[in-house]
Amino acid sequence: MTTNIQAPEKTSGKKAGIAPSVVLLAGWLVPGLGHLLLGKWVRAALLLVSIVGMFSIGIALEGKIYVPNSGDPLDILGFAGDLGAGALYVLARALDLGHAAVLTAVGDYGTKFIVVSGLLNLVAAVDAHSLASGRKQS
Amino acid sequence: MFTHFSAVLLFSLFTSVVFGITQRSEPKMMARFSAFCFVLFVGGTIAASWLMWLIKH
Repeated sequence: MTTNIQAPEKTSGKKAGIAPSVVLLAGWLVPGLGHLLLGKWVRAALLLVSIVGMFSIGIALEGKIYVPNSGDPLDILGFAGDLGAGALYVLARALDLGHAAVLTAVGDYGTKFIVVSGLLNLVAAVDAHSLASGRKQS
Repeated sequence: MFTHFSAVLLFSLFTSVVFGITQRSEPKMMARFSAFCFVLFVGGTIAASWLMWLIKH
């Protein structure tokens, strides 16, 4: 007699119709979109407000937007963090928001706000992927 | 008026919300973990500030 009682558990958290990779990409591009695609709109709204709010405060504080080819190896880490913000980073570069260098003491705070908002967005996108793939139950 | 303390509060608030949502599964536990992270962020910063003050004096 062969019965597989593990199979239903492995897929119980999976949302039909949306590939986890699509959810991951959407969550990275737009903060909270991954959770929204999974129907978790309250979480999506909270993530959107938190991440966009943090990024906006960073810009308002004249924080630095890192670029990939500055020549400083440490800037690559900052660039990786900034890039985590997805479309927000692209928008900031396109609209020439932020600064190329930190000019004020508060600007240093702004730089950290921008980098951390990107890192938080990556965490949120991975969480949405885990929900879509069933690794996280709810 | 943007101060060091308001920067700490905003940073802690936004970060705690994301941590709560991503690190817990149930809404009640999310709220509890968010509050826990917020208290740790703010409390840790205040403790570190006093420590630096004590070292200086």
